Amino acid sequence: MSNSAPVKISASDVKVFYGDNQALHGISMDVYQHEVISFIGPSGCGKSTFLRCMNRMNDTIDQCRVTGSILLDGRDIHEPALDVVQLRAQVGMVFQKPNPFPKSIYENIAYGPKLHGLAERKADLDDIVESSLRRAGLWNEVKDRLDQPGTGLSGGQQQRLCIARSIAVSPEVILMDEPCSALDPIATSIIEELIDELKQNFTIVIVTHNMQQAARVSDRTAFFHLGNLIEIGNTNDVFTNPQQKRTEDYITGRYG
Amino acid sequence: MTIIAENPIKAVAAPSQVQQKVIDSLNRRHRKENLFRRLGLTAVLISLGLVAVLFINIFSKGLPAFWQSAVTLDIYFDPQIIKIPPMPQQRDDESDNDFRQRHIEWQTEIGFVNFNRLITDSLQKVLPDANKHRRDLARVVTSGERFALRDMVVADPSIIGQTRTLHLLTDANIDVWLKGNIDRSLPDEQQQLSAKMREWVDKLSADGVIQNRFSLALFMNPDSRSSLASAGLAGAFMGSFYMMLVVILLAVPMGVAAAIYLEEFAPRNKITDLVEVNINNLAAVPSIVFGLLGASVLIGWFNLPMSAPIVGGLVLSLMTLPTVIIATRSTLKAIPPSIRQAALGLGASKMQAIFHHVLPLAIPGILTGAILGVAQALGETAPLLLIGMKSFVASIPASPFEQASALPVQIYLWQGNELRNFFEARTSAAIIVLLLMMISLNGLAIWLRKKYEKRW
Repeated sequence: MSNSAPVKISASDVKVFYGDNQALHGISMDVYQHEVISFIGPSGCGKSTFLRCMNRMNDTIDQCRVTGSILLDGRDIHEPALDVVQLRAQVGMVFQKPNPFPKSIYENIAYGPKLHGLAERKADLDDIVESSLRRAGLWNEVKDRLDQPGTGLSGGQQQRLCIARSIAVSPEVILMDEPCSALDPIATSIIEELIDELKQNFTIVIVTHNMQQAARVSDRTAFFHLGNLIEIGNTNDVFTNPQQKRTEDYITGRYG
Repeated sequence: MTIIAENPIKAVAAPSQVQQKVIDSLNRRHRKENLFRRLGLTAVLISLGLVAVLFINIFSKGLPAFWQSAVTLDIYFDPQIIKIPPMPQQRDDESDNDFRQRHIEWQTEIGFVNFNRLITDSLQKVLPDANKHRRDLARVVTSGERFALRDMVVADPSIIGQTRTLHLLTDANIDVWLKGNIDRSLPDEQQQLSAKMREWVDKLSADGVIQNRFSLALFMNPDSRSSLASAGLAGAFMGSFYMMLVVILLAVPMGVAAAIYLEEFAPRNKITDLVEVNINNLAAVPSIVFGLLGASVLIGWFNLPMSAPIVGGLVLSLMTLPTVIIATRSTLKAIPPSIRQAALGLGASKMQAIFHHVLPLAIPGILTGAILGVAQALGETAPLLLIGMKSFVASIPASPFEQASALPVQIYLWQGNELRNFFEARTSAAIIVLLLMMISLNGLAIWLRKKYEKRW
């Protein structure tokens, strides 16, 4: 990924506190448009916390305090004039555990567009549902049972349903928090292929514990440790020629 | 299969020390588990047995009360006795007051008609020596039935001059005598019926004039003290009904709203902690204290009427509120946070996430909590005693602001009635009605939970 692509998200000196506990110690990084960037690091290193800063999901946690600035297209996401609802429509999220609504497959996808008034007629909504499911590679598997509950699908299908649900509101960035950790290898490889296709249209930030996955899917990789950003660079460079001792130790499996 | 099962046992000739220890402890563990199972089973059986005893006792006592002795008579609506002008109609040139005056006069005239004569006249036809014992004759049919005849005439004046075959309830003491609820060998002075009356009753019963018939009196009539045989539950039932209405309209929406606010929106601080502790305290306050509150605040300060279901409903709402809040909160807590996050992540506002996704999943739990709270309120007696709902009320309330009793209070009142051998069965019958209401409410709760239950 060339660094000439425009900056989509720019974070500087982001600190997160849970009560008296500081979880992030001043993170600064840029995320470029239409790239896949992966965050790796041992458990508790703050990578998920930082991911959740990008669409302000940390707001939903009591006692969580975020300082520093995060710019989305040059605009601070914490500025009072910006509604968090608008931000989350722009920056979608896929969670670690597939969490479809206990409703039909159709309603799972249609919920977001209906919420934001993206479809005026039923036909428009049908189109959005179909195209979202197609882009998530799920259409052929579910087109005959759109009225069945989304919770009746297999784990991998559920996760793709969640991806389809988040792209149905046409976000610009998709945050993925360990999207494959609950899936088997076959479902994982399908999701990885999907990520590869989605980056044509979306900027994707993915948190993963699986270093092979980071190497396979991402253009750039950021290594976090104990709330600090240790190293960030092109995935190839980080994995083959890490600049930091701690990165090398982690990648070679000495800890983590 | 057997070969495969036997092989390992033969193969393991001498278990190691560790395994031997495991095997020894295994036996002990199995013994404990068996003991625990048997204890649990015994507990279940004992409680089932007690419930069975309770039900058998109540139903065997209460069911006969739904059938009452009734005398079948050909009642001649004698125009010589019923001499009343037609019901007045308001004339065009007449003021409302004048019409009302005329109407009252007409009602007074009806009040003077001796409807009991109609009954005694037709009794004379079946009892040859009736005229010698006129006092006893007037007591065969319970005194409430004359008003039933009056109501028939008022409803349809054309009945005057005709003969109708009617089943009239007998006096409560006759019912007791025929059902064998009094020792027939007792001497005259200890009997509730005179010797002549007992002779008549046995004769009429043998002739089939007096029969044990299913009676709606228990359901249709309010309480009565002058005509015990026609004392019914209708007044108390409506009183309880209005109170439930008040509780459902007040406690359920308030409790659910309070729970949603406290669980989802309220900041966690000292004040909300204090509120939470006090809601739990409120749930533990003895119900009679709420009765005192109702008496002093609702009746004393706000001048709401005594003995009225509206006051009872308000008091019971206060009592039910913590139950509803606690049940709703625990249901909301049990909804997986992933559903909330999914909605928020799509750009739903907090309110949308709650109302579109969390509440629909919580509805079965909320409904169950609410209905159980209402059922608890339905059976509550103590606070009602303090706001005057234990008074004898001989009418069916038409609104929550009129005087009324309540089902559990009616049970308490009948339990204390002097005519024990008649009211023992009626008390049990009232308990059956209350239990059936409880069971149907609980059944409704289970049905709603099953209907709205979704898996996620």
